[in-house]
Amino acid sequence: MKVKNYQIIVLNSILAFLIVIMTILTKGGILRLESLQAVAFQMPLLGLLTLAQMVPMLTGGIDLSIISNANLAGIIVALILTKVSAWYTVPLAILAGIGTALAVGALNGFLVAFVTISPIIATLGTMILIKGISLGITKGYIIAGFPKEFLFIGDGSILGIPMPFIILVASMLLLALLLNKTTYGISVYMLGSNPVATEFSGVNIKSVLFRTYLLSGFLTGIASLVMIARFNAAQAAYGESYLLLTVLACVLGGVNPAGGFGKVSGLFIAIVVLQIVATGFNLLRLSSHLANALWGLILIFVITINRAITGKWI
Amino acid sequence: MKNSSLKWLFRRTEIYILGVLIVLSIVLAIANPKFLTLENIFDLLRNNSFLGILALGELVVLISGGIDVSFTAIATVSQYIMGVIISKYFIDNILVAFLIPIPIGIALGAINAILINYTKVHPVIITISNLNVFYGLLIFITGGKWIYKFPPSFRSFARLKLITLVNERGIEYGLSIFTGFWILIAIVTWFILKYLPIGRKIYAVGGNMEAARRAGFNIFKVQLFVYCYIGALSGIASFVQAQLAQIIQPNAIVGRELDVLAAAILGGASVFGGSGTVIGTVLGVLLIGVIKNGLILMKIPAYWHQVVIGLIIAVAAGVTAYQRKLRKKKGLV
Repeated sequence: MKVKNYQIIVLNSILAFLIVIMTILTKGGILRLESLQAVAFQMPLLGLLTLAQMVPMLTGGIDLSIISNANLAGIIVALILTKVSAWYTVPLAILAGIGTALAVGALNGFLVAFVTISPIIATLGTMILIKGISLGITKGYIIAGFPKEFLFIGDGSILGIPMPFIILVASMLLLALLLNKTTYGISVYMLGSNPVATEFSGVNIKSVLFRTYLLSGFLTGIASLVMIARFNAAQAAYGESYLLLTVLACVLGGVNPAGGFGKVSGLFIAIVVLQIVATGFNLLRLSSHLANALWGLILIFVITINRAITGKWI
Repeated sequence: MKNSSLKWLFRRTEIYILGVLIVLSIVLAIANPKFLTLENIFDLLRNNSFLGILALGELVVLISGGIDVSFTAIATVSQYIMGVIISKYFIDNILVAFLIPIPIGIALGAINAILINYTKVHPVIITISNLNVFYGLLIFITGGKWIYKFPPSFRSFARLKLITLVNERGIEYGLSIFTGFWILIAIVTWFILKYLPIGRKIYAVGGNMEAARRAGFNIFKVQLFVYCYIGALSGIASFVQAQLAQIIQPNAIVGRELDVLAAAILGGASVFGGSGTVIGTVLGVLLIGVIKNGLILMKIPAYWHQVVIGLIIAVAAGVTAYQRKLRKKKGLV
């Protein structure tokens, strides 16, 4: 118990430290309303993708295909939005996008749960496959220019709160509810901490795993809608640097890569940390490559600190 | 009993790939007679030597039960430092150019090994982070500028051939020196895995780390060896890549880590550790190379190549998973 508290303390200290540093470096720029709003607009995409990464990681797996899945779903949505013009265009596009993401999730779930391929390899295969299909559909081009009603998902606000942020918070609440209050959620945590014991206690492991990748696909679909609405465009290779970032955000947020542990609340702080680094670097006009390096260093730092603490306590 | 059945399975995986490779080659040769010319085969062997060398490094890491995805960043960093040194001081000595990237690769590999051993976190997480750290810092410091002013020896070495032939149009072609690099490294890797004590330890640790620990193996030494080994091979591969391209672009290598991983897994290496062979890995690289080459000769647009590679990985992994299931069943009976 004490160990887990340390993780949150370390994370919060890093957050406080970063805010102070960024405030000093940007001469208060990061605390201005526009910067905070930029954070609230930019954070949800990473946040939603991280949620999609979190569920498989809780079972001890990983989903490398989330980015290419989000791009494929985005392309399908974009095709419908630009090719079909009727009163039902936007709802149809959204349904088709989520449907596509769910189908890819189901494929991953099938490969991991029923063919029993290790998640890294299975999702690596689907990642390459799905990106190839996206490239085949778009031939590498960008599909851009969506109707205003759809763009509301990306740049609209309700009562001054950015729409993407509302979607993120709603998804987080739903996921937290699903993980903590349902039989499925408890099975996910059990499966992550001890698969053999879980199987012998009568849980249908295959079904839990399958639903995990399906859920990951669903969250990816939501992320995809936010992504293409924010960019007002869809393409086969958007946001590829996010893949590492989602894994990083999960580990930073206290999700054990071996499975079994991790809370949505921890994830939220981790995403805020990452986004503050990114926005601060933007304000300071520093290279995004340096931000990438810094993210890697933060992750290694947190892991090493964790190890130093657990090594002492256990 | 278990050991002999394992060996039988390895053999089966390789023969299976070899079979696919032969059938595919025959089909391609019928579809396009250009495919089976010595010129095309030599080209294929030269162009894949870079990936082939990296795949051998990844194989050793996979056998030990680890995984490394940072080797592309290691290759980029060591290649860039080499490029800066030889172009800035105009070092007209190919041996020096060859030797610079290797210790850099080993040092960066050692960082991976130390972190993996100390934190006990899955190597994929550590190496993904280090991929970003190494590559991010390199681009930040250098600004990602290309290097293309090389000394003459750097240019002439790339044209060296082990066998030289002349085609019907009077143009010379042959077996590139870099294919020789690949073959030599394959033999060295095979020798290490088969005959040196460290090789047997790598299989032991990958097969069952806890058992190996209790048997008194120094796990850290094995991890240090495998991550430094892939680091060293990344250094050599980066030299080969720079030679083939005759230009150093920092973004040329990063992003190809999955190609290498795919080749090693296709060749029968398991992400669970303990299994994989040099022959299998070489065949895996060749199979992917032949498929890409065939797709190009059949004039299939490049964006569909990925679909084919993805499908192959999924099928290969499915077959491996099926074999594991069979093995488990056999173990129970």
